[in-house]
Amino acid sequence: METVSKALDPETLKPPVASVGVLGWMRKNLFNSIFNSLLTLFTFYFLLKVVPPFVQWAFVDSLWFASSEACRAGAGACWSVVTKNIRFILFGFYPYDQQWRPLVSMVILFTLLGFSRNRKFWTKSLGYAWIAGLFSMGLLMKGGIFGLEPVESTKWGGLPLTLLLAVFGLTAAYPLGVLLALGRQSKMPIVRVLSVLYIELIRGVPLISLLFMSSVIFPLFLPEGVNLNKILRAQAAIILFTAAYIAEVVRGGLQGIARGQYEAAGSLGLNYYLTMRLIILPQALKIVIPPSVSILISAFKDTSLVVIIALYDVLKTTQSTLSNPLWMGFSKEAYLFVAVLYFLGCFSMSNFSRKLEKELSAGG
Amino acid sequence: MSEQLTRDPSTQSTESPMIEIRDLHKWFDQFHVLQGIDLDVQRQERIVICGPSGSGKSTLIRCINRLEEHQRGHIIVDGIELTNNIKNIEKIRAEVGMVFQHFNLFPHLTIVDNLTLGPIWVRKIPKKEAEDAAMHYLEKVHIAEQARKYPGQLSGGQQQRVAIARSLCMNPKVMLFDEPTSALDPEMIKEVLDVMIDLAKEGMTMIVVTHEMGFAKSVAHRVLFMDYGKVVEGNTPHEFFENPQHERTKLFLSQILH
Repeated sequence: METVSKALDPETLKPPVASVGVLGWMRKNLFNSIFNSLLTLFTFYFLLKVVPPFVQWAFVDSLWFASSEACRAGAGACWSVVTKNIRFILFGFYPYDQQWRPLVSMVILFTLLGFSRNRKFWTKSLGYAWIAGLFSMGLLMKGGIFGLEPVESTKWGGLPLTLLLAVFGLTAAYPLGVLLALGRQSKMPIVRVLSVLYIELIRGVPLISLLFMSSVIFPLFLPEGVNLNKILRAQAAIILFTAAYIAEVVRGGLQGIARGQYEAAGSLGLNYYLTMRLIILPQALKIVIPPSVSILISAFKDTSLVVIIALYDVLKTTQSTLSNPLWMGFSKEAYLFVAVLYFLGCFSMSNFSRKLEKELSAGG
Repeated sequence: MSEQLTRDPSTQSTESPMIEIRDLHKWFDQFHVLQGIDLDVQRQERIVICGPSGSGKSTLIRCINRLEEHQRGHIIVDGIELTNNIKNIEKIRAEVGMVFQHFNLFPHLTIVDNLTLGPIWVRKIPKKEAEDAAMHYLEKVHIAEQARKYPGQLSGGQQQRVAIARSLCMNPKVMLFDEPTSALDPEMIKEVLDVMIDLAKEGMTMIVVTHEMGFAKSVAHRVLFMDYGKVVEGNTPHEFFENPQHERTKLFLSQILH
């Protein structure tokens, strides 16, 4: 029996206007209760008070390339503090006419990173490209051969220094952290005790004190005449520090793996190393991607602490421009700029991690 | 499962046993879980072990491939004694395949990769050869079309069949089954038992811990009843089910055969 009423024919009946589209979304998400409605109104009011003046200051009234006198006369943001000092902010004390070298190094680094974003490119040739790239970056920065003027590492600064400390720091800290996590779970008492001691001691002190110690105390332990340069010492401190935190996060992941996985691997005849490498770690590391990336993002920002041992990373170089009487008082603009730089770095890291998570969850 | 497989008496006498267990004792802290087990398993023999939970039956077979360590007694698999010697353990594990109650497939690998992992990394077989062998065993357990999927996408019965194929890829001489169908929905139990029966027909030495008495009746050479860490009784299926000797056996059978 078919009595389909014309009024109910889905093709002619349209939903009410206020329940779909933009209005519908607003009604459902912003105004669905008294409390939410008040919150929405309050938020709109707040944004209205804050955003237009900010846009006015940062973009409409701003001066981008004017002199400092013109800036002081104006009411808007003075981005000249960044644009006029950009070479110092980005490269620190690196010799002015040689600054193409750290620039090229950074271009190489960003290219390699860009390729590494896509897991399809993770082949042996990418590995070789990285080794060749890092090597040539070191050569470019240091100089001394191929007719390049030698530049001492004490003069390295700005963005290349931040990136150098971050990239090497994070890539070395991660495997070290994984080893520590495995060591902490080991059945061999010495390995376990040493791992625990390391993790607890390192986690018990702030990075800044480790940097300080690396600069002052560490050289005391080295034999006569051996002099590690400051950047290496800072690098070591960052690696050792980050590794301890990675270790604990990885340990959490290892605890999440069912015992049956170990048993199945064992019953197939896999030894400890193969079990960890093929079965346990791939699963454990995947689980702890979110907290691991948090730690790595923090470590990236912590590179700014190297000011304590008089290394000029990008934050310090930016800050130094403000001690110039010409540019004193434009700290807002300078720090906003450096914040944008850090944001770009951290956001691309967390973006990559989300992408990685999505790809890995597609399978198992 | 009404097929009666011939129990070949000649497997009893001529060669040395596949597995010899002598006066096996194991403690979990103070708990004496295995109290003096003596057992010989001949080549191509099929043994079903049943008993109440806590009786030590799972622990017993897990001792055979060193997933559990025994404190006293001897276990000898194909002439190799099972001790703390890593080399011996690895040699024995290569010959002993195990199927678990909860499958224990590797969730981050495809079905095919689950199967080729052992052959490639332990037996050092080249990838192509391992994959061909893997597809052969997947066809044998009737699941070849799922080869590129992940374990999470398969049903329980399918996963367990994959687990059986995974063990078979290592060409073991003995297969241990630790309650292979206990975690399965009833409609999937048959497909797994059928695979195990096929395996039996090909002459695999099997030790199966299970409550599936129909399977025991049709396939086993011997059925053992374990309780409180001891083998209380062991006999051919016919004798075991028709004429149980001990009271405890009778009690257990009355509880599970209803």
